[in-house]
Amino acid sequence: MGIRERLSGNEAAATAMKQINPDVVAAFPITPSTEIPQYFSTFVDNGMVDTEFVAVESEHSAMSACIGAEAAGARAMTATSANGLSLMWEMIYIASGMRLPIVMSLVNRAVSGPLNIHNDHSDAMGVRDSGWIMMFSETNQEAYDNLLMAHRIAENEKVLLPLMVCQDGFITSHAIENIELLEDEKVKEFVGEYHPKHYLLNKKEPIAMGPMDLQAFLFEHKYQQAEAMREAKQVILDVAKDFEKLTGRKYGLIEEYKLEDAEIAIVCMNSTAGTTKEVVDSLREKGIKAGLLKIRVFRPFPAEEIAKALSNAKAVAVLDKADSLNGVGGALFQDVAAGMYVNKNNVNLVSYIYGIGGRDTTEKEIESVFNDLIEDSKKDKIENPYRYMGLRKE
Amino acid sequence: MAYNMKEIVAERPSRFTSGHRMCAGCGAPPVARMILRALKPEDHAVIANATGCMEVSSFIYPYTSWTDSYIHTAFECAAATCAGAEAAYKSMKKQGKLPKDEHTKFIAFGGDGGTYDIGLQSLSGAMERGHDMTYVCYDNGAYMNTGIQRSSATPKFADTTTSPAGTVIPGKMQARKDLTEIMEAHHLPYVAQTAAYMNFKDLYEKAEKAIYTEGPTFLNVLSPCPRGWGYPTEDLMEINKLAVETCYWPLYEVENGKYKITYKPAKKLPIEEFLKPQKRFKHLFKPGNEWMIEEFQKEVDRRWEDLLKLEQISQ
Repeated sequence: MGIRERLSGNEAAATAMKQINPDVVAAFPITPSTEIPQYFSTFVDNGMVDTEFVAVESEHSAMSACIGAEAAGARAMTATSANGLSLMWEMIYIASGMRLPIVMSLVNRAVSGPLNIHNDHSDAMGVRDSGWIMMFSETNQEAYDNLLMAHRIAENEKVLLPLMVCQDGFITSHAIENIELLEDEKVKEFVGEYHPKHYLLNKKEPIAMGPMDLQAFLFEHKYQQAEAMREAKQVILDVAKDFEKLTGRKYGLIEEYKLEDAEIAIVCMNSTAGTTKEVVDSLREKGIKAGLLKIRVFRPFPAEEIAKALSNAKAVAVLDKADSLNGVGGALFQDVAAGMYVNKNNVNLVSYIYGIGGRDTTEKEIESVFNDLIEDSKKDKIENPYRYMGLRKE
Repeated sequence: MAYNMKEIVAERPSRFTSGHRMCAGCGAPPVARMILRALKPEDHAVIANATGCMEVSSFIYPYTSWTDSYIHTAFECAAATCAGAEAAYKSMKKQGKLPKDEHTKFIAFGGDGGTYDIGLQSLSGAMERGHDMTYVCYDNGAYMNTGIQRSSATPKFADTTTSPAGTVIPGKMQARKDLTEIMEAHHLPYVAQTAAYMNFKDLYEKAEKAIYTEGPTFLNVLSPCPRGWGYPTEDLMEINKLAVETCYWPLYEVENGKYKITYKPAKKLPIEEFLKPQKRFKHLFKPGNEWMIEEFQKEVDRRWEDLLKLEQISQ
């Protein structure tokens, strides 16, 4: 069952796109996601997909063209990173406001300035309140699997929201790993055909989209988006269940790794989860009850699930690969803290900013965070909850 | 196709309906109506509209004036949005996902703000990529929707809210960008400059050519604005006429590189005739400001002479 391959994260994303065979792909190159449209245009020019590839002149136009295509009744996809996403920002909100289930591969990279082409999560964090479903991927396999599930989630009638699948620039996008692919036919069957209810190209029912939406209606339209985001949680789980039946690979909103009896735990996203698992294993060998909570679905935010999963811990560190520069802590930290408080979980919680601009994240550093947590778990009140991991001292 | 306005209006009901909230005396609605009349009645259209006067006045939720499919996304990307819809059409048609015998045409509308300025990159990109679409700029020569700020389409010396005719600086000090020529530099199969003049004949014929020429085509249409230009609303057609008769706004087309001036005034009127009825040029007529009118005339003459030469050498 499945096809054993060795692919980089970008190859995995491009392969998923090839198997999904969307009607339109509009993209503009930016490191480290450039390879995705490169590979994809090879598929187009060699007749391996039916897609119209629109080689736009900017990311702003990439998202605009995706919106035009999706509104017209097509499945539209794109890929980008960092400043590319920043340039799209206006259209990111318009895509979700128009309820268009566009799917994007976001290869996470530091947003300027200063310029840096390497990985962190500042790009994704910049659109965290834009009404997109946001999924994060620890490995190339997950980047592939998440993309295969994306359309089923985004296009669900209860949802109709755009979706981005994130993976770490270079760390997974350019690293070749073993991967299990599905056969083309199985992907086609799993993803299914797209039949939107209303679309521009339906001559029988012309439609006007993107109105001037004033005081009388915008509030309700925004409420509908919020409701769709809440509905998305169950849809994501339902699709994951079907995916498990097909592949044997099980996915939830979060992944709990040796968390059940953990006294100290780390919360993080993307590739750092892999590094953390190694550290958890070695600490467990020493008799230290360490655990990991990996966030797979960041939007909708699984607050209740997180609070429940961490209910036995005595101290928790949230690792943010982007600094919110707000004087308080990272964005993920704040979401986790709010979720814990509302759900009556009063565990000692600290924020670590790490890995900015591609700074390497080592097992040694993760271990030092766990060591800090051992001390933190003994305290009544944490005096310094806003911390840095891997920051040079000199 | 032979042009008979009475027949066209009788046979082809307006696809841009009444009830919109554009100002009285605005040049844009008759332009939109006439351009859409150039569509074959059996053809469907997808219209992309940049943010601007036309958009905010014609599609206020839950009402629309557009009987065809219509999409508005943002200010600077009507061209890219339209291009995306066109790519979807091409892809879905090829895959047999759309009825074979139905045809959809793609038309984008933007004002000069959304076209000359903030949307120029999006427009240039879409045209260069060769999408089968027509981009229409309704040029009213300033950002009218936000309250008459200067654009790169604003003529020199015009009084706008960001280039006010002050005591030191007498209005906009830069000449108008020539977007029609910029679009021609993309070597498109069809580029035209037109206005609602002479019973709409020029506008209608160029719209039909643009829409039914395969590939990317561009129309630059003069669309006077009573608020921004300062003329009585009932004088819209008179202002259009004076713009053409003074050669301020020459009517011409470029078909595969070949220039054709579609109307040559028998007697070119002096530019004062066009400037005088407009409040935005009021200060040009104050004693001591004669140099401004002279300079304006020189610029109009130079551009008209250039156009005549282009027509001659491209034959």
